Amino acid sequence: MQLILEAIREAGSRLLSPDSDLLSATWRTLQVSGTATFISLLLGVPSGVALALYRFPGRIFIVALINTGMGLPPVVVGLFVMLLLWRSGPFGALELLYTPSAMVIAQTLIALPVVAGLSLAALQSLPARLRLQLQALGASTLQTAWLLSREARLPLLAALMAGFGAVISEVGASLMVGGNLRGSTRVLTTAVVLEASKGNFASGIALGLVLLVLAYAINDVLTRLQQRGRERKS
Amino acid sequence: MILATTTSTYDTGLLDALIPPFSTRTGVNVKVIAVGSGQALAMAARGEADLVLTHAPEAEARFMERGHGLLRRRMMYNDFVLVGPPTDPAGVRRSSDVRKALASIQRSGSTFASRADESGTHMMEQKLWYSTGLEPPSGSSYLETGQGMAATLRVASQKRAYTLTDRGTFLAQKHVLDLEILVEGDPALQNIYHLIVVNPENGPRVNVDGAKSLARYLLGEKVLRQVGEFGRDRYGQPLFIPDAELYSEP
Repeated sequence: MQLILEAIREAGSRLLSPDSDLLSATWRTLQVSGTATFISLLLGVPSGVALALYRFPGRIFIVALINTGMGLPPVVVGLFVMLLLWRSGPFGALELLYTPSAMVIAQTLIALPVVAGLSLAALQSLPARLRLQLQALGASTLQTAWLLSREARLPLLAALMAGFGAVISEVGASLMVGGNLRGSTRVLTTAVVLEASKGNFASGIALGLVLLVLAYAINDVLTRLQQRGRERKS
Repeated sequence: MILATTTSTYDTGLLDALIPPFSTRTGVNVKVIAVGSGQALAMAARGEADLVLTHAPEAEARFMERGHGLLRRRMMYNDFVLVGPPTDPAGVRRSSDVRKALASIQRSGSTFASRADESGTHMMEQKLWYSTGLEPPSGSSYLETGQGMAATLRVASQKRAYTLTDRGTFLAQKHVLDLEILVEGDPALQNIYHLIVVNPENGPRVNVDGAKSLARYLLGEKVLRQVGEFGRDRYGQPLFIPDAELYSEP
């Protein structure tokens, strides 16, 4: 019990006067997870929308694949990306292993199925009549997709939050492909692992608190956006 | 360039103290990847690392025999110690023979925590068990953590188990552990760290020049003095003792 209290006290003082290690890990977390979420948004939402609106051979297979991917263990993704990025691997010449870019690749693979799967669900939860009405009014295919996505923007934002939540809290893949290098690929979660392995529990708790505050702040902004949209709509 | 190393040189903070001045001076970006000695050598054999710093003499010798390394030089040592719960249920305290101590632990059915991860420490533990003439214990009294030294020490502390650890990691972790050093000083417990420059023929893009220049730096007088002082202020004794071979190329 005493250790816990001590740890919280020390965590508090570290938070009040953050050092460069803490700031760099925080910044790197935002940068890597933010980029990965953004790429998943660009790729995942259109794929989810397309899968919701069009029927084509192999569609069920792809949807099942995405649904499986939503629960993909980060360590498996990490292992897979690592094998591809080894110096002797197919993308070895790019020298990407143990760089933030490698972490972005791995985290994108983790977030993409989440964003795509939830986008698909979001579009499918709209009343089917809506689409027929839009088409009857003469909307083109792209226009239909755009208008339906607008209509589903609240659950689409939820998809975005879920994708971001999956990657900012992830540690296995980041550790494997990033290498937890100080000032370069050390993010908050991998720093927690290191501090705990060094026996510096107070620092670990401080880093954990920063992570929670960060995740809360971002979700707070997104939730406000979402709920504001809701009020306008009703 | 990539330096693959054992967790003990990293978890103690030694490399964080030694590497940055080298990077600043030479402009060479060194990526320190901390894994067990076994994994470090396996990475190097595929050319995924340029320099290794490990403490697994037999595995290193096999590595050199297979032609995976260009040169191997001793850098420093410390020692392994047998730690356990202060109550010492197997009664091994102050034994000067680690093999006898391990035999008593097994005979008394006391719990033993093993790294079980092909690290240098794990290889040493296996060697000691076999040299007692006994099989390593199995079953519920042998805990295989599969984790690094610090994590294994915490498991041992919580489970009131004995374990074999390098002295440096134990000293660095002692404040969160309910464990004591019970056996030390047996010559069989010496823990030697070697640097190996990886053979560029192991794979594409091995940075042999970077590896050579970092090895020369780490075996230099200034760094070795730093190694000998490292940890003295915090733990009252140095965590590693420099004992380097001169840097030379064959």
